[in-house]
Parts: sequence; structure tokens; C-alpha cells
Amino acid sequence: MARINDVGGTQGFGAIDTTDDPEPFHADWEARVVGLFNALRAQGIFNTNEFRDAIEAIPPATYLTMPYYERWFTAITVLLERKGVIEPGELDE
Amino acid sequence: MSGDHEDASISRRVRRLETLLEEKGVVTAGAVDEVLDAFLAGASPVNGVRVVARAWTDDAYRARLLTDGTAAVQELGFMDGSFQRLRVVENTDATHNVIVCTLCSCYPLPLLGPSPGWYKSEAYRSRVVREPRSVLAEFGLQLPTTTDITVWDSSAESRYMVLPRRPAGMESLSEDELAALVSRNALIGTAAV
Repeated sequence: MARINDVGGTQGFGAIDTTDDPEPFHADWEARVVGLFNALRAQGIFNTNEFRDAIEAIPPATYLTMPYYERWFTAITVLLERKGVIEPGELDE
Repeated sequence: MSGDHEDASISRRVRRLETLLEEKGVVTAGAVDEVLDAFLAGASPVNGVRVVARAWTDDAYRARLLTDGTAAVQELGFMDGSFQRLRVVENTDATHNVIVCTLCSCYPLPLLGPSPGWYKSEAYRSRVVREPRSVLAEFGLQLPTTTDITVWDSSAESRYMVLPRRPAGMESLSEDELAALVSRNALIGTAAV
């Protein structure tokens, strides 16, 4: 069965915000997430396919409302827990 | 767009993860800075524009670019060591090309820089494969009904870039002058030159 990320051809997502914004990031945390992703992948802690799988496994209702780079952050934390790098709950405040 | 409160919360959580990984000796802040700087330095639409301007002024290069995009952009120093395959698709009088990643946000980063927000949106990803003509019109690109539209769906391994049509009547322009005419959207296919 297709996962929620497989949106090609589905209807109901409405108009496209076509704003042409040249800025790659809109908050410092977004840049840090991309940096963390690249650093962790370079170390072989996870690979691109595992990362994509973790994004695509985010529950549909959450996936659709979550900002793009927060999906990245969620996937990173899921993979770090799965690999035993961090303990479940260790990130909780 | 997330509110300030949400932004403060995610910002805290990202910082907390970075601190945790530093304490565990997994990554250092310096290492994250370094990969981020390298990532941004190597990824810009200036690169894709450079490729297009070369193809417009050098027919032999254009032929190589359309045959093996990866090798041709590597000639200009882009995508070195990349595991991705690049296919460059050429707009003609008969066909207009546009790229998307319906599954996520795959994109030729080294040539176009980080992608615009709309490229990653569900609205663009879902609709451009179903009603490309209407979607392009929303970007202000009205194509004649006689022009075919081909939509290229990217994957982790295969990335696409559009080679726009060279504008007519500009034969005397240099490579640099031509490069100034090309927008990021033209390389994605949501604009023409």
C-alpha cells in the first residue's frame, strides 16, 4: 500500500504558493537539521534510503501538518533511537 | 508557516539533540558547521545557469549534456563524486519539460541549490503530474495547447534539469549575458526564458 508521501495525482491539496524565495532556510534550526543529517550520514550512522523510509513512515496526519525540516528532524531522531545512539525519551525536556 | 511558539519549541529540540550528540562524542558543532558550509558552497542555481549558458553557446557541449548529463556537468566541475544520475531534458518548439519529485523532494541540489518551498509542497507534487498545464499557468507560464508537456518524476538516484529554449534574437550575447537571463524556475520548468 502506498504511504502518505506518495501524493502524485491525488486531489484536494489546493493552490500552490508559487512565491519564489531564494533563501534556503527560514530559521537557524532548519540549517542545523540539514547539517546534522549530512554529518550523521557521512559517518555511516544511517544512509539516505533509511532516512527517506523514516520520513515516509511518519503517520499520515502528522506528516501532512509537519513543516518540511521538522520531518527531517523526526526521521533523524527515530533512526538514532533505532540504532541505539540515543535512548528513547532522552530528548524529552 | 509555523508560529513563533512552535518555532521556539523545535529550535530547542534541535539544539538539545546537537548537545546530546556532542556529549556522546558522535558529532561536534564544528563538524556540523563544516558540512553545512560545504553543502551550501557546492549547491547553487548559479551552477545550473552556467551549464545552460554553455549548452546554448557550444553545440558539441549541448550534445554531450543531453546524452550524459552527469558526465557533462562534471566537465564543468559540478556533481563531482555524486552517486546520482543527472538527465538534462531539452525544451523545444513542440515539447516543454517540467520536473517534480512526487514522493518527497529529490532535486539536482548541486546545480539548483536548496529547492524552493513550493517544490516540496504537497500541492505541487500532487498536481503537476495530473494537470501540468494548469499548474504552469499558476506560475504565469501560459503554453499554447499545441505544446506537449512532459513531466519528469525524480528519484533518489535519478535527477533531472530542464534545458530551456534559447531566446530568439540574442545571437550576439555572450555566455555570461545569456546566463543572466536564466532563472531557477526555468531550470525546473515552471518558467520559460
